[in-house]
Amino acid sequence: MPTVAPLDLEGHVVAAHFLDDVPFFASAAGTIHRLDGGEKVAEAHQGLLTCIRDPFSATLLTGGEDGKVCRIAKDGTATVVAEAPRKWISVVAGGPQNAVAYAYGKSSFVRQNDGTVKEFAEERSVEGIAFAGKGLRIAAARYNGVSLHWVGTTAPAQDLEWKGAHTGVVFSPDGRFLVTTMQENALHGWKLDGKPGENRHMRMTGYPAKVKSLSWSPKGKWLASSGAPAAIVWPFSSKDGPMGKAPLELGTRANIMVTQVAFHPAEEVLAIGFVDGMILGVRIADSKEALLRRPGKGAITGLSWSANGKLLAFSSEAGDCGVIDISA
Amino acid sequence: MTDTAIQKPVPVTVLTGYLGAGKTTLLNRILSESHGKKYAVIVNEFGEIGIDNDLIVESDEEIYEMNNGCVCCTVRGDLIRVVEGLMRRPGRFDGIIVETTGLADPVPVAQTFFMDDDVRAKTELDAVVALVDAKHLPLRLKDSREAEDQIAFADVVVINKTDLVSPEELAVIEDVVRAINPTARVYKTSRSGVDLARVLDQGAFNLERALENDPHFLDHGHDDHVCGPDCDHDHGHDHHHHAHDHHAHDHHDHDHHDHDHDHDHHHHHHGEMSPIHDVTVKSISLRGGEMNPERFFPWIQKITQTDGPSILRLKGIIAFKGDEERYVVQGVHMIVEGDHQRPWKDGEKRESRLVFIGRDLDVDKIEKSFRACEAQAA
Repeated sequence: MPTVAPLDLEGHVVAAHFLDDVPFFASAAGTIHRLDGGEKVAEAHQGLLTCIRDPFSATLLTGGEDGKVCRIAKDGTATVVAEAPRKWISVVAGGPQNAVAYAYGKSSFVRQNDGTVKEFAEERSVEGIAFAGKGLRIAAARYNGVSLHWVGTTAPAQDLEWKGAHTGVVFSPDGRFLVTTMQENALHGWKLDGKPGENRHMRMTGYPAKVKSLSWSPKGKWLASSGAPAAIVWPFSSKDGPMGKAPLELGTRANIMVTQVAFHPAEEVLAIGFVDGMILGVRIADSKEALLRRPGKGAITGLSWSANGKLLAFSSEAGDCGVIDISA
Repeated sequence: MTDTAIQKPVPVTVLTGYLGAGKTTLLNRILSESHGKKYAVIVNEFGEIGIDNDLIVESDEEIYEMNNGCVCCTVRGDLIRVVEGLMRRPGRFDGIIVETTGLADPVPVAQTFFMDDDVRAKTELDAVVALVDAKHLPLRLKDSREAEDQIAFADVVVINKTDLVSPEELAVIEDVVRAINPTARVYKTSRSGVDLARVLDQGAFNLERALENDPHFLDHGHDDHVCGPDCDHDHGHDHHHHAHDHHAHDHHDHDHHDHDHDHDHHHHHHGEMSPIHDVTVKSISLRGGEMNPERFFPWIQKITQTDGPSILRLKGIIAFKGDEERYVVQGVHMIVEGDHQRPWKDGEKRESRLVFIGRDLDVDKIEKSFRACEAQAA
């Protein structure tokens, strides 16, 4: 049975992440809590809206109600990398060579390591940004689709159109697919390496609620999602992605919605967090479930594995966070 | 530690009004006067709000059409984002105020609070308040549809700048407002000086709550019932006034149709005419007997599906045959909600009342089809 080391924080906690083996928790109030031989607290924002793990470096990136974008180092120090007074920054992304992307209003911005900032204007508000795995390229999710920009060039954006409001975006690990979450209860995907004339769209629908959490399996064979009373896991191993295939439904519970999903870094095991605070671990191969945490005080808002896959950190809407040791 | 599970929904006030109607002045009062409550304010631009406050959030109006692009399925994407952020730390404020730009359509704002599950779970639309500039309303109605929509859609209409018009002009403005929207509470004021207790925390959008607060809500709708800022809508007064009203109704049934003159003229009918021609919104007030639920529900579903784009608001109290409780129904475009409100009281007349406010409504069709839902209809 895994052991849970609880960490009770005040108020809504937005995210939990690991930098190496040190768990970090980001509160909506703006504090960053670090469990490194005892709890250490740093003030990053007056109101924090988002906190992500930079996939290209061992740092966190945050955005806040104070219009700041911060990079949080492993020792907990917060450095302001961009500032837009009086704007709420709820969208940030980390890219190669310390590039940071963020958005407010109808523009995305990319700040490169040398401090230069480049703006990419859209016709509508940017609701999500992701860096491609290769090359300095961003995808900006917006109303009616996604715009792809090469940061280093002034070439016009490549537009991927699909009607409706796109609220978040991710590239598949191999860069062949792009998937968005939508205001409607659906995901939309594009096949990026399709031949001209080939159908590039992937509609992934049938969710009873909005999808707010996505996670790719280690080699990108599966894409797990929240938004239903089970984790909905789409197969992406074939060249056409999930088209014409039914998704797996893992960790099904009667009426209890899944709010977060996180694949193990090495194995095809999915951690599933629910609206009541329960966390399950489920193996893809045989759908075998293990209870990792009993229901708590609030919905799970963040789930992250340590690099070695032995620890799972979770955050909750009610502040009852913790770290689960699955090797115990 | 905050326990998010037991939190009451936070009330949201939507403040509409044409440019220059006095929204900023009213907002400044809400933010600066001591009324013991704190409000988070979502504005389009900080503009003239001269108050520095962490809880003022600037937001670009972002209209999202859902599904097929129908007007009935539009929401404000930016509000979903900002409300989600605000509601993570709800202890900071008692309510949220959404200020819209002068040209904004209030419908997507209101629909956001019904169509987005996350927003709906944590907040409750309290009232849509429209500020009207008494001096410039006739001009506004000539050159924009939005000014009219804002009044038509409101639960509370504040006629502002009354000091700039003559009593005769003001009377016309009141008639216009009433003709566009017979169900709104109307207050007259100058310099946005309306009592804040008439604007905030009204429980006016939710018809069930509106009826609890003001049992004769749907009986309003007369030119002579415009409330000034001093009109205390208290129960004693209301009770008295409406007791009389009810008395009158009890005596005029269909067979006395010819006798009811002016009074009945306002109730049964056929599209109130505005004294100003440029008004295209009209209201239909229907009154009928006990309804057959097996006819009424398919009818209201169908009419809101087919005529949804034309219906701005609908509100009603329905008496179902054999049902001991009053049923209240309300809608915005295609969204219809209904629930039992309370048992009928002894001696209370079991009748059904329904008001539609909208454009291009086919009065005859709606009235006939409504009548066909009556339990005694053939």
